[in-house]
Amino acid sequence: MANVNFLFRRSSTFVLGIFAGAAVFEIAFDEGSQFLWDSWNKGRQWKDIRSKYIQ
Amino acid sequence: MFFTRLARSSRVAQWSPVRFASTSTTATPNKITASFLAKSAVLCSVAGVSIAAIVPDDIIDPLLPAGADAFDLIENGMHAPHQDWDHRAWNKTFDHQSIRRGYQVYREVCAACHSMSLISWRNLVGVSHTEAEVKEMAAEYEYEDGPNDQGEMFKRPGKLSDRFPVAYPNEEAARAANGGAYPPDLSCIVKARHGEEDYIFALLLGYTEPPPGISIRDGLHFNRYFPGGAISMARALYDEVVDYEDGTPNNASQLAKDVTTFLTWASYPEHDERKKMGMKSIAIMGILFGLSIWYKRFKWSPIKTRQIVYKAPKVRDV
Repeated sequence: MANVNFLFRRSSTFVLGIFAGAAVFEIAFDEGSQFLWDSWNKGRQWKDIRSKYIQ
Repeated sequence: MFFTRLARSSRVAQWSPVRFASTSTTATPNKITASFLAKSAVLCSVAGVSIAAIVPDDIIDPLLPAGADAFDLIENGMHAPHQDWDHRAWNKTFDHQSIRRGYQVYREVCAACHSMSLISWRNLVGVSHTEAEVKEMAAEYEYEDGPNDQGEMFKRPGKLSDRFPVAYPNEEAARAANGGAYPPDLSCIVKARHGEEDYIFALLLGYTEPPPGISIRDGLHFNRYFPGGAISMARALYDEVVDYEDGTPNNASQLAKDVTTFLTWASYPEHDERKKMGMKSIAIMGILFGLSIWYKRFKWSPIKTRQIVYKAPKVRDV
């Protein structure tokens, strides 16, 4: 991107930029926090023990 | 009010405060500081009361003046000692293997007398058992259903959507089978008792001989953690009453720990998801808080860095 200000000029692009940014942030934030959560709770959650009982 | 009068009179003395000074070199400060002290006292007491109302007892009690806590009235039940439940941490889930073992203890020991009529078979799926396992477990029990096309009620094996089977058909039958005492439903028992999981754990293992001088009538048992001391339930957890399939040692305290974890899950089914959501929301709000601090200071910077210059008027000889 040459200059990000072209995004801010028109309201329509600004809004679209916000939506795109929010989508990217949400995916990244959710993946990141899920990763942290799983690392703190290794072996404690159902998904860690289900392999023992699935037929 | 005080200061403007002083300012005008002291201008003659060539000393002119350009800004409202918070301390004065000349006037008595009593009226100003007294009202400030009164206002801050009111604010602090309101804040203190509201904080004390919200912060849990476990944190407030150590801060209060020390009393003789060991000498509690038997009618309150002895305060259950605090255990280090690992699911108490802000970022920890339940130990789901422990929930699974705890379910086994409940099913083999407690379900004889205690119902959990708010829990359905499907609640176990994805928490402690697979769907196939739960379907098999539910099918072992008979449930009444109907009416069929002939208008009759019929019995059928259990499904995932059914509630856990009840121990007695109604409260009267439960009382009759237990010497007049009703074994409480355990669906929310951890939420419903002061001390929560610490209390349940202590109670299950807290059966002792009554101290000298206290006699318990026939049919009741002494348990120091039970309010009043005399509980109708007999001790249920002994070493090795349940055989664990995963090879965990099955002494009484392990059984108590697992069944308490299971009961805590039953009281707080949303626990794992709630903590994950809480962690995420506090992270986001922390970021937004930092941003808003920056934004406020950015917008206030012209005000906070402005200079006010006073130019004394020239005195002209006329």
